Amino acid sequence: MQVSQVEQVVKKIPDSQELEKILNLIDLYGNRPENLIQILHGTQQIAGHIPLTLQCIIAEKLSIPVSEVSGVVSFYSFFSAKPRGKHIIRVCLGTACYVRGGKKLVETLQHKLQVNLGETTADGQFTLEIARCIGACGLAPAMMIDDEVFRQVNPNKVDSILQQYEGGRSS
Amino acid sequence: MIQCTIKRQSISVLEGTTILEAAKQNHIRIPNLCYMEGLHSTGSCRICSVEVVGAKTLMAACVTEVREGMQVFTHSKKVQDARKMLYQLLLSDHHQDCLRCNRNLECEFQELGRELGVTQSLFQTTSSRSAKDEGPSIVRDTSKCILCQRCVTVCQDIQGVGAIRVQNRGFQSVVAPAMELPLAQVNCANCGQCTIVCPVGALEGTDATEIVWQALHDPNVRVVMQCAPAIRVAIGELFDYPVGTRVTGKLAAAMKALGADDVFDTNWAADLTILEEGTELLHRLLKSLEGQPAAFPMITSCSPGWIKFVEHQYPHLLDHLSSCKSPHMMLGALSKSYYAEKLGINPKKIFVVSVMPCTAKKFEITREEMIHDGLKDVDAVLTTRELGRMIRQAGIDFRQLKDIPFDQPMGFSTGAADIFGVTGGVMEAALRTVYTVLSGRPLPFAKLHVESIRGMDEVKEATLVLQDLLPQYHALEGAHVKVVVTSGLHGARVLMDQIQAGNSPYLFMEVMGCPGGCITGGGQPRSHDPEVRSKRMKALYEEDESKVLRESHANPSIDALYREYLGEPCGERSHHLLHTHYIKRAPIIP
Ligand code: SF4
Ligand code: SF4
Ligand code: FES
Repeated sequence: MQVSQVEQVVKKIPDSQELEKILNLIDLYGNRPENLIQILHGTQQIAGHIPLTLQCIIAEKLSIPVSEVSGVVSFYSFFSAKPRGKHIIRVCLGTACYVRGGKKLVETLQHKLQVNLGETTADGQFTLEIARCIGACGLAPAMMIDDEVFRQVNPNKVDSILQQYEGGRSS
Repeated sequence: MIQCTIKRQSISVLEGTTILEAAKQNHIRIPNLCYMEGLHSTGSCRICSVEVVGAKTLMAACVTEVREGMQVFTHSKKVQDARKMLYQLLLSDHHQDCLRCNRNLECEFQELGRELGVTQSLFQTTSSRSAKDEGPSIVRDTSKCILCQRCVTVCQDIQGVGAIRVQNRGFQSVVAPAMELPLAQVNCANCGQCTIVCPVGALEGTDATEIVWQALHDPNVRVVMQCAPAIRVAIGELFDYPVGTRVTGKLAAAMKALGADDVFDTNWAADLTILEEGTELLHRLLKSLEGQPAAFPMITSCSPGWIKFVEHQYPHLLDHLSSCKSPHMMLGALSKSYYAEKLGINPKKIFVVSVMPCTAKKFEITREEMIHDGLKDVDAVLTTRELGRMIRQAGIDFRQLKDIPFDQPMGFSTGAADIFGVTGGVMEAALRTVYTVLSGRPLPFAKLHVESIRGMDEVKEATLVLQDLLPQYHALEGAHVKVVVTSGLHGARVLMDQIQAGNSPYLFMEVMGCPGGCITGGGQPRSHDPEVRSKRMKALYEEDESKVLRESHANPSIDALYREYLGEPCGERSHHLLHTHYIKRAPIIP
C-alpha cells in the first residue's frame, strides 16, 4: 500500500464533506479494484468530475496504479477529469454535419465561449464537446445543448441560442 | 500431447501450447510484433495471424492454443495479404522519421516490414499522437508508438510500478502516465526496462552523447570516464562478439580512443562501497547490541531505480537504506576532490562521465544531494548503447583495439567488484568482507561463492553462522545472520511489504532495480532473450574468478585511499563525500 496520498491532497480539495462521501463510497465497495467503474460513477455524481487528486485517492485505496484509474476515466466519455459546465454543448461532426459547416460551427463556439474542445467556460456555464452523429443529418449542421437538439445552426444563430441558457433556465 | 499440422508438417506439442510456441519449437517462423516470450501476449497487433482450416477468421497465433487435428497455414496468400494490410494500418499511424530515428536499422517494426515484403504505403501517414516527453532519464515519443503495450506489461508485471497505461480510446489512445503527465512527475523509477522492450523508437534513454562530445572536444576540460562492471560483458554484443564475451581491455581502450583523459573503473569504487557499506552495517549491529534503535534489515543503495521506487512507495521506510552513494557517484565525488588535489587542478575543470547499464543513473546525477557547491559529482551518464553509438561515430574499430588496463589511482579492482553487476553480487561481496573483518578468516564457501543467492529466483536468501570471531566482536558470537536478495522491483515490493508488516527476519537485504541486476539494466544492449541474461551473468562470475584478489578489503589502492585521504571507513570525510540521504515522494509529484 502506498503511503497516504490522502493526507497530501486533502488540502487541495475544497469540500471535505464531498471527500468524506467519496471515502465512504470506496469503503462501501470494499476497496476492491473490481468495483472501480462503480466507484468512479459514484465519485462523478458526488463531485461532478474526477480530478487527478481524487484519482490518486481512489488508486491508493484500491491499491492499483493511478495510471490505471486515469486510463478508465479517460476511456469512458461519461467520466470527466475536468470540471464540467452547467450545460453541455455537443456539436455534431458526423459526416453530414461535417461537410455542411459543423467545423465552422465549432470554431465559432470556441471563439465566442473562449474555450477549446472539452473545456468549460470560466463562468462554469458551458462545456464544449463534439458528437459523432446525433441523427439530424437531414438538417445539418446540428448541435445539442443538454438534451435539446438545434438544427441547421449557422454561426449567426449561435448568439441567440446561447442567450437562452446564459444565467437563466437551468435544466 | 496434441497432434496437429503447421505448414503441412505434423507436430506434437503439450496441451496448452499456443500456435506460435508450437511453431517455434518446430523451427517454423511466424512473423509477430507485440509478443514477448513468456511475458506478453495480448494479441493486440494481430501480425501473427495464421489461417486455421475450418475457422471463419484468421487467428492470432500468439494467443490461440493448438487443438487436436488442427491444420495451420502460416504463409498462405490470404495470410500474407492480411499481414501486409495490418502492417500498412500500423504504419499509417506511425511517425516515419526513420532516417533520423535512434532505432534506425535496429527497429523491430522496420525489420518486420522487410520480412513481410511491404514496399509501399497504401494510406496517407500521419500519426494521431504527437507528445514528446523528455525527462532526465527517459524520452517518450508517442508519435512513433504502435500501441503494442509491451512497456505497460513490463512496467506493471515485472517492475510492479504501473507508471504507464493506455489512456483515452480510439485514435486518441496513447500509452502514458495518469492524465498524460510527464513521466518525471509520476512514480516512474527511471529503470528503463520499458526502453528495452519497445520495438520502435518511442521509448529511449535521454541522450547524453551531445554534451559528452562537447566536453571531449574542449581542450580546457579534463574528462574522466568510468564504466560499470556490467558494461564489460555486454558492449561486445554491439560489435558482433558472441553474447557473454568479456571485452574489458578493449572497453578501456575505446574510452581512451574517444579522448578521455583518464579512464577509471567504477569497480574500484565498488570495492570502496563494500568497505563503507560493510562498516555501516557493523555500526548498526553494534548500535543495536547496545540497545540503541537501528533499522534492520539494512538495504543496499547502489541502484538508483530502486531508490526512486522506495522513495515513492515506502517513504516511511527510508531509514532502512544504506546511506552509501552508488559506486559511480563515489568515484565522481573523489575525482573532484582526492584526484583533483593529486593533480593540483581546479575540480571545476573536471568533467566526469559514467558509462552505465542504467537509465536511472541519468536521473541520479541531477539529484540535489549529488551536487556540492554547484559541482556535480558526475556530469553525464552514458548508457552502454550510447557508448556503442559514440564509438561508431568516432570511427573506432572496436574489434581491432589493443587491450589496455584502467588508469590509476582509481582503476584497480578485486573480483568482488565485478559481481556488483549481477543480482546477489553486492551481497556476496559484502559477506566476503564482513565475515573476514569479524573472524579474521575468509568466507568459508567454495570459491568464496554464496550459491543460494545466485540466479534468477525472485527472492533468494542465505544464512551465515558467526563462529570463532575475533575477541572485539565477541558480542556477535553464535549469531545467525540471515540475508536476502531480490532483483526487479516486483520482488522488492514483496520484501518491503514484509518489512512494513514488521516480520522481516533479515539483517541485510540487496535490491537491484532490474531483473537479474545491472547486466540486464535499462541501458544495456536490447534483448529479451533469457539466455542473454545468463550468459552475461556467467561472464561476470568468470571475470571475478579470473582475479587473484577477490575480496574488496584486499584492494591495495583502496587501502591507499584511506591512508592518504579518507582516514577510516564511515569517517568524517567519507560522510561528506560518499554518503547521502533520501527524499520522501508521493506517487504523483504535485
Ligand atoms: S522507466 Fe521503469 S518505472 Fe518508468 S515507465 Fe519505464 S518501466 Fe516503468
Ligand atoms: S511505447 Fe513502445 S513498447 Fe510502449 S506501447 Fe508504444 S511501441 Fe509498444
Ligand atoms: S504478435 Fe500476436 S497479436 Fe501481436
